[in-house]
Amino acid sequence: MNWEVIIKWLPRLAQGATLTLELVAIAVIAGLILAIPLGIARSSRHWYVRAVPFSYIFFFRGTPLLVQLFLVYYGLAQFDAVRSSALWPYLRDPFWCTVLTMTLHTAAYIAEILRGALQAIPRGEIEAARALGMSKAKALFYIMLPRAARIGLPAYSNEVILMLKASALASTVTLLELTGMARTIIARTYLPVEIFFAAGLFYLLISFLLVNGFKLLERWLRVDACQGR
Amino acid sequence: MAQATPALEIRNLHKRYGSVEILKGISLTARDGDVISILGSSGSGKSTLLRCINLLENPHQGQILVAGEELRLKAAKNGELVAADNKQINRMRSEIGFVFQNFNLWPHMTILDNIIEAPRRVLGQSKAEATEAAEALLDKVGIHHKRHAYPAELSGGQQQRAAIARTLAMQPKVILFDEPTSALDPEMVQEVLNVIRALAEEGRTMLLVTHEMGFARQVSSEVIFLHQGLIEEQGSPQQVFENPNSARCKQFMSSNR
Repeated sequence: MNWEVIIKWLPRLAQGATLTLELVAIAVIAGLILAIPLGIARSSRHWYVRAVPFSYIFFFRGTPLLVQLFLVYYGLAQFDAVRSSALWPYLRDPFWCTVLTMTLHTAAYIAEILRGALQAIPRGEIEAARALGMSKAKALFYIMLPRAARIGLPAYSNEVILMLKASALASTVTLLELTGMARTIIARTYLPVEIFFAAGLFYLLISFLLVNGFKLLERWLRVDACQGR
Repeated sequence: MAQATPALEIRNLHKRYGSVEILKGISLTARDGDVISILGSSGSGKSTLLRCINLLENPHQGQILVAGEELRLKAAKNGELVAADNKQINRMRSEIGFVFQNFNLWPHMTILDNIIEAPRRVLGQSKAEATEAAEALLDKVGIHHKRHAYPAELSGGQQQRAAIARTLAMQPKVILFDEPTSALDPEMVQEVLNVIRALAEEGRTMLLVTHEMGFARQVSSEVIFLHQGLIEEQGSPQQVFENPNSARCKQFMSSNR
């Protein structure tokens, strides 16, 4: 193992890691915001309300992220309407294409997590809210969503870590995030083992920080204390 | 004509589950300050009756009036009656307190937050206002020192007292108790009954489904014995406990002595 090479390229890898973090952070936060209405609609009693998020989730869970990324990155440019639209400066940029795809992709998974969490709330707790005179909407916003957040948080943290690793696919559309950067460095140094080893360490480090961050968040939200009464 | 408007009136309430008829036409009237205990064996429809009053279950037929105001109902496709006016049912629910067997406190909120949530969100009270009222109620039910604790940190009896305080915070006109002590250890039953007794002595209007026969006898102004979805016996505690007319009620009373 050539440690000197690793140390020499660490700053560039760190640069790649920053881009990885940006991609993942935007995707999982925007994905969460998008997933809230989707997840709520998904747990509706009415089939016509469920149908829209169901199809959305079916599509995005049923196809690989890589295929989705290629469709967005190579596909959108086929349409004149897209090229002449105000969004074109963004949609021609691989960064925004990746952010968009990852967001849409993860939103489908998070919506499904949220649906599960909403449905896992003990019936009586919702009845208590309604019996006190809260409307459906008030019970949803003040009681059910905060409660579902705690039930779904462990699954959400898992999704964030999956997205961290899925972000490596961004390297296929020219982005120099951690994996993309590693490949570029390898093309110059011909030392795949050292550089991928170092890149792997970065992923591990980021996962470690995420896991611990979520652990703190779970403690702060008292996730454990709310389970299994 | 001197008759005041009853706090709660139920007329001819019917409820089915599939083809099984659970309630076969129940009518009852609670005047202000009445404490009506509803007794009966398991499956006699006691809890269903209580849950139909604030539409936690949807009846198939009947009328519900709170302080003279009739709850507007409409038939749903499956034959159940549902609230015709969401605003009205939400307001009426806020006037009908409901205490559950399993407390149903929200486990992610402190006791104080559990209590101030509905007054803030439904009655539009400010946080300070709701907190002040909640502190007084917590004091009254004897768990003021637990106000910053979470439900899981409380004993069953304390949780039920917190749940009662949560209900009282809405200043309900009628309170429905659905077997409030059935999920409790024997030692904790008394502390909850004491709270309910104090409420009865304050002159609150209450409907109480319970298996605590001795308690029902002490606090009730009226006792109803439910059997197979019908009121089998109804009258003063004295009469229903000592001198029931129906054979079924007599048998039930003697087995619970």
